[in-house]
Amino acid sequence: MYNFQYHKPDSLDAAVTAIAGAEDGKIVAGGMTLLPTMKQRLAAPTDLVDLSAIPDLKGIGLDGDTLVIGAMTTHAEVAHSDIVKGHTPALAGLAEGIGDPQVRNRGTIGGSIANNDPTADYPAAVLGLNATVRTTKREIAADDFFEGLFTTALEEDELIVSVAFPKPAKAAYVKFPNPASRYAMVGVLVALTDDHVRVAITGAGQDGVFRASEMEAALSADFSPQSIEEMALPAESLNADIHGSAEYRSHLVTVMAKRAVAAATG
Amino acid sequence: MVSISMTVNGKAVSGEVEPRTLLSDFLRVDLGLTGTHVGCDTSQCGACVVHVNGRSVKSCTVLAVQARDDEVTTIEGLAAADGTLHPMQAAFREHHGLQCGFCTPGMVMSATDLLQTNPDPTEAEVRDWLEGNICRCTGYHNIVKAILSCAAELRGHKVAAE
Amino acid sequence: MAPDGIGAPLRRKEDKRFLTGQGRYVDDFNRPGQAYAYIARSPFPHAGITGIDKASAEAMPGVLGVFTGHDLAADGVTGALPAGWMIHNRDGSGMRTPGHPILQTERVRYVGDPVAIVVAETLAQAKDAAERLEIGYDELPHVVGTADAAADGAPQLHDEAPNNTAFFWSLGDKDKTEAAFADAAHVTTLDIVNNRLAPNAMEPRAALGDYDPGMDQYTLYTTSQNPHVARLVMSAFVSLAPEHKLRVVAPDVGGGFGSKIYVYSEEVACAYASMKLRRPVKWTAERTESFMTDAHGRDHVSKAELATDADGRILGLRVRTYANLGGYANLFGTATPTYLYATLLSGQYIIPAIYAEVDGVYTNTTPVDAYRGAGRPEATFVVERLIERAARDLKMDPADFRRKNFIQPDMYPYETPVLMTYDCGNYPAALDEALKLADHAGFPARRAESEARGKKRGIGFSAYIEACGIAPSAAVGALGGGVGLWESATLRFTPTGQVIVNTGSHSHGQGHETTFAQLITSYLGIPTDQVEVVHGDTDKTPFGMGTYGSRSLAVGGSAIHKAAEKIVAKAKKIAAHLMEAAEVDVEFADGTFTVKGTDKSKTIQEIAFAAYVPHNYPEGVEPGLEESAFYDPLNFTFPAGVHIAEVEIDPDTGVVEIVTFTAVDDFGTVINPMIVEGQVHGGIVQGVGQALLENCVYDLESGQLLTGSYMDYCMPRADDVPSFKVGMVETPNPSNPLGVKGCGEAGAIAAPAAVMNAVTDALGVEINMPATPERVWQALATGPAAVAAE
Repeated sequence: MYNFQYHKPDSLDAAVTAIAGAEDGKIVAGGMTLLPTMKQRLAAPTDLVDLSAIPDLKGIGLDGDTLVIGAMTTHAEVAHSDIVKGHTPALAGLAEGIGDPQVRNRGTIGGSIANNDPTADYPAAVLGLNATVRTTKREIAADDFFEGLFTTALEEDELIVSVAFPKPAKAAYVKFPNPASRYAMVGVLVALTDDHVRVAITGAGQDGVFRASEMEAALSADFSPQSIEEMALPAESLNADIHGSAEYRSHLVTVMAKRAVAAATG
Repeated sequence: MVSISMTVNGKAVSGEVEPRTLLSDFLRVDLGLTGTHVGCDTSQCGACVVHVNGRSVKSCTVLAVQARDDEVTTIEGLAAADGTLHPMQAAFREHHGLQCGFCTPGMVMSATDLLQTNPDPTEAEVRDWLEGNICRCTGYHNIVKAILSCAAELRGHKVAAE
Repeated sequence: MAPDGIGAPLRRKEDKRFLTGQGRYVDDFNRPGQAYAYIARSPFPHAGITGIDKASAEAMPGVLGVFTGHDLAADGVTGALPAGWMIHNRDGSGMRTPGHPILQTERVRYVGDPVAIVVAETLAQAKDAAERLEIGYDELPHVVGTADAAADGAPQLHDEAPNNTAFFWSLGDKDKTEAAFADAAHVTTLDIVNNRLAPNAMEPRAALGDYDPGMDQYTLYTTSQNPHVARLVMSAFVSLAPEHKLRVVAPDVGGGFGSKIYVYSEEVACAYASMKLRRPVKWTAERTESFMTDAHGRDHVSKAELATDADGRILGLRVRTYANLGGYANLFGTATPTYLYATLLSGQYIIPAIYAEVDGVYTNTTPVDAYRGAGRPEATFVVERLIERAARDLKMDPADFRRKNFIQPDMYPYETPVLMTYDCGNYPAALDEALKLADHAGFPARRAESEARGKKRGIGFSAYIEACGIAPSAAVGALGGGVGLWESATLRFTPTGQVIVNTGSHSHGQGHETTFAQLITSYLGIPTDQVEVVHGDTDKTPFGMGTYGSRSLAVGGSAIHKAAEKIVAKAKKIAAHLMEAAEVDVEFADGTFTVKGTDKSKTIQEIAFAAYVPHNYPEGVEPGLEESAFYDPLNFTFPAGVHIAEVEIDPDTGVVEIVTFTAVDDFGTVINPMIVEGQVHGGIVQGVGQALLENCVYDLESGQLLTGSYMDYCMPRADDVPSFKVGMVETPNPSNPLGVKGCGEAGAIAAPAAVMNAVTDALGVEINMPATPERVWQALATGPAAVAAE
């Protein structure tokens, strides 16, 4: 790891100032992705701004029917939260399946979605559940937030404060983990809200998380596994690596989507 | 260099470290607590698991400065002051849940966190929890057995060792 | 009898230190004034080195020294890491095995090949400086595939080895085997890939060199399975220092599985740098370096055939194997795919004719060497996949087919057509026990139940045999081995009656401190808590050959037995004198000498005291109670058994679940059943890993190792496997005094074939290891044709 300046601001304003003042600053939330990257010398920030001392970023609450999760809430906190379980059990289940217990004790929702790793789970939740990302500057709809591999709509000096999830009628997340890394090789979140279904897919896409519009249309008409039985995403747009070809991922997307629908309705 | 202080195994400690110093290095090199091991560089093997503020974390993926003012427990701090093994340590010994011993500190620290989260896990839950701890020697069979036995013992039903 | 002696599941003596964080692994050692090393390695699979400019690196903060192969040569460290086993070619000529230089100066031959050692005050500084080291490379075309290396036009690695071929070797009677195939009613043929594995001991390799200028003495703390052999190689082949000036300490070592047998460049480089800098120098591998540089295992491509007659009797077996040696022939790299492989191709069966051809080829990959099982897993995989496939082809029950062709218990000693003489065993008994434990009779019902849930269930057997306890030195020498393979032990009584055992073997997870103490309590009546087993330090222990090939108990334990006999013989003389009896009238049992027919007795502790305070002492007997023994085995040992895997496959995803795994093994006499079962469990999971999960993948285009971390190399986790059913059959080994055979590798040897036989049973299609979800899904989706074309 290269050396850097470490900052631990105790307010959002101070954090924004610190990051704005850095030559090449990086935010560290849980650090579960950033620190391994830095250890491998693949990232060399001049400054690291640690958000863990900022009270405004913590906590899980309800705002009417909307679930609001502070950016620095850990995966373990989301997984074990009665509020989350009561609002969207699928979200608690997704958090329970991220990484391993030690990663869940450190990793945060804000860190995960800001990083937008194409194999991370949370982007599927944010996109599939049509969440809103609340930042220090504005509110960003999920559909506008994720912009491709490790890229989001966030500006350099903009921090995620919280993520707001509307309540779905039904939702489920099913993933096929990469056998080695256990990251999502294919993860599918389906959510039914009013008469509309959203299907968000992580792990498989060359540009990161995306929505499967054909499946959404089919499931909006008939929310059953059978309605997407014969539906396969074109392999050309999917990832391929030593763990799975694009064709295999395409197949898995359909299988996981069907299982998610079955779980949501079951 | 920055100054840090924290509580490690109940004792106040402090040191001067570079910001890039990992908690695992601070424990091993600065404090000489070499029971915490480092077996990989991608946060997967779990040999470095310690407790920070009561929860298991991978100390190779935490900066020492991030643990400033925290309560850290390492494998050296698990047994009683008189040397009596923690029930999890004793169960690992009783059920031969270790061979070369390298993954063992992380395994034990992870397992104790499991039982404070879930005091009555099934075998499947134990195996699932251990996703972040790799052992190359035991095939996990006796580790799982040890953890289940320890859980039963802590719940008051001592399972006779086979 | 001593309650903690032979046969007791004694809890391990070493556990308390490991469980409390008090284990002492190499990286836990810190010497005053210690500096840190980082190794600069080749980023290319194959390149000429055009120049090395150290100036920028040397100018970096904290840097103490940068050393290359030129520096080593200038200081007389001129040797290279050798291939320790001579293999002769089919035409009688010798193998072509240029050594592996410590640091490359002319050419690099795999990604990770070491070029320079950079030493600084801190590790971070060493790493920073290594990035500034200017090494000029002239990239060369490369080859990484086993099957491609010997092809016409392939890039050539070593001038000495045309066609990248280190050796082309054969074993067995070619004509007789061809005749058997000509007579066959049926021939079963399989194309087999035995996938390349990374050993992955959880403790990364490490080395700490500490040179004492006053004594001109090198001390090297290192992660070694055999410190004396490491010292020998570094002295005799590398010319680092004469043996009496080199002390090698292998303290607690966190797993080896073969990968820590060999001497590696970093060990030599750290010792050398310490001498140059007059500072202790420590290097510890990052896991990424472990993947790149720890000797890999397996990597065979074979065509295997089995000939049977119309009644289902085996007539012959032949196999043609290409074995990938990596960029250089390693210490056991030439022995593993030859004498440790083809000699086991008779399996547990009467096979009248066997012929094997093995070509060892160089590729631009990490050197390949012995990894848990070393040749025997490859042999078992060939034999047991062929047997299972033949049974299916012949529409015979796989268990019945095996039973029909087994070597029977009354046929020992049994000489195979491939050099081995099996001395004992009971293969039908192990099969029966395994069928019972696995509830084989209930399998059809379980399969029907799986099918009702839309799953595919399969069952697979592996009736393996291995040759352990390597081995009679004369036999090893006759086959080309460069060393003797005996083992040593010294037993030393203290005046107050404890026993210190110095062994030349080395424990890195096997529990020798416990098992050897159990031998002492059984032989000498000393309680296990008064026995100290010392290993892993060339200054403390007699020269020994170390631990690998499941040899420590069979060979090292026999040396302890022999030394204990000498102790008793001498102590008996002293006891007879003290009790004023004739030596022939003195008996020894449970730690006490008794004069027959009297109530006169003396404990062995009392005798020990008398031996060190010899005031009243027999004439002509030396004071002291300490004996050494060197034991050279009479034969290999032949552990064998039957493992049965039952799998369930999800056809939607291709995921294979191991539902149950049953192992019945014959390890001869068992000293500590708890430890033995633990060895079996661990071996099984390494075998399951090979079958389903693990694979070293090199990118054909770039020559880079794609599976260089746990992100991509799939290690077995707790949730990949079930708990196991383990049983034992004991036929005591007649070839050593303990009756033991060795248990360290059985699981890794047996499991891959058992699992793959179960997978192919479920699928009805042949596929190669690892049976990843995608491969299984492909096999189901497209059937046999696509798999054959793979």
